[in-house]
Formats: sequence, C-alpha cells, structure tokens
Amino acid sequence: MSIWEYANPKKFMQASEAVLPWLAALTAVSLVVGLIWGFFFTPDDFRQGSTVKIIYVHVPSAMMAINAWIMMLAASLIWLVRRHHVSVLAAKAAAPVGLTFVLIALVTGALWGQPMWGTWWAWEPRLTSFLILGLFYLGYIALWSAIEDPDTAADLTSVLCLVGSVFAVLSRYAVNFWSQGLHQGASLSLDAEENVADVFWYPLLVCIGGFVLLFLTLVLLRTRTEVRMRRLLALLARERMA
Amino acid sequence: MMPDLGAYAAAVLGSYAATLALLAAIVGLSLWRAARIKRTLRDVERRRERDLG
Repeated sequence: MSIWEYANPKKFMQASEAVLPWLAALTAVSLVVGLIWGFFFTPDDFRQGSTVKIIYVHVPSAMMAINAWIMMLAASLIWLVRRHHVSVLAAKAAAPVGLTFVLIALVTGALWGQPMWGTWWAWEPRLTSFLILGLFYLGYIALWSAIEDPDTAADLTSVLCLVGSVFAVLSRYAVNFWSQGLHQGASLSLDAEENVADVFWYPLLVCIGGFVLLFLTLVLLRTRTEVRMRRLLALLARERMA
Repeated sequence: MMPDLGAYAAAVLGSYAATLALLAAIVGLSLWRAARIKRTLRDVERRRERDLG
C-alpha cells in the first residue's frame, strides 16, 4: 500500500470520508480540554499576570500559520513534480485555514503586546516577516481565484508558494537570525531549560494538538470540497460542449 | 469559577473572543461551502444521468 494511492481522487474521497468524523471529534475534545484547562486552571505568571493565558491561543495559531504554509509547500512540490491533482487541491484548501491562523496570531499578539510591550505593533523582524507571510496567503488565494484554467492556476500558485516559503522560514527563525526586536524566542524547545514552566507547558501542548487536529480536519473537509468542485466544473464544461 | 483577570481582563477576554469568532467563521464557511458544492454536484449528476438514460 503506497501513499500515492491517495492521489487517486476516488480513493482519497473514500479514505477521508471514513477518517473525518473521528478527526472532527478528536479535534473538538482536545480544543475544549486545552482551552478550558489553559483559561480556567492555570495560574497567572509572576511578570505577565493573567495575559499569560493568551499563550494558549497565540502560540498554537502562530505555529500553525507557519506549518500550514510548509504543508502547502510540500503539496505544491508534489504537484510540480508528480502532477497529482489531490495534492495541489489540498494546498488550495489549506490556504484560507492558514490565513485564519495568521489573523488569530496577529490579533492576539497585538492584544498581548499592548500591555506587555506598550505597543500593539512593532516593525521588528519576526512580526514583519509574519505579516508578509499573511500577505502571501492573500496573494495565493487571490491567484487561485484570478485564473480560470485550473492547471495553470495550480502551476502559478505553486511557484508563489515556493517564493512565500522564505517568509515562513523567516517568521520562525527571525529571532535567531537577528538578535533584535521585541518578540521573545521560542516558547517551545527540545531543551527543557528554554521551555515555559510545566504548569503552562502541558495545557499548551494540548492546545497545540487541538490546533493541529483542527487544521487537519478542515484541510480534509475542504480538499473533499475542492475535489467535488473540480468534478462539477468538468461536468458543466461537458454539458456546454454537448 | 471565572478567574480573576485583573487589569488585563479586556486583553485576555478579547483574545479568546477573537480566536473563537475567527475559528467559528472558518469552520462555518467550510461546512457551508462543502454542503453547497455537494448538493450542486448531486443535482448536475442526476441531470446528466437523466439526459443520458
């Protein structure tokens, strides 16, 4: 059994139909548990006070905004190399979800930054590269809408995705590349010394799991819609030709 | 039950409200579009079967 079997739209639709309800249920449980745990059952931070509770929505959304683009990059490369339609439709399906995560990260970041840094926004490396990534999401979605031929749209959006990946990488590593700006370094690390305290860390892990599952659920759901949309457009084109 | 958020209540509650609203929007839009395309495709396929049959 090869993963490439799922490049067949029929096979993908069958497999995703079986998985989707379980994934949706798991998403709901982990998000509810993680957010309730983080909001109601964690203490205030000794420096940041109750604003530390924003970490449970800000970090997972920022993380997934970047990871969604990396997933789109992988799917776009598969399209460019192997011409599997399902992969590029998955990239198309992921873009609005990624953009939503960008918006959540920007809004919650501003609301967190104002009381902690004294400003809603700063033109510093991490924030600026993240904003540009958000603009790439908008451009990617607009390019899909602007081109009628689906294969041409897939080619051009895949190239755009390659270019935008620079900003996905910069968003994550800007703090390491340039030791300047207001934004702190990684809250999550394999080095336990760098991590947030356990009392914040465990609910944060559950929230991150919930956001990952939400992303997977939405991408599966939306990819199924894109596969149907593609078939619908093909049938309507055949009707017009007849 | 509600934790005391002190002076930062607006920032914390605003963050959660914005997150939940945006997540609800993307989930709702995705479900709505999925249902609409599924229904339209079913109608077109039925029409095609009828025309061919």
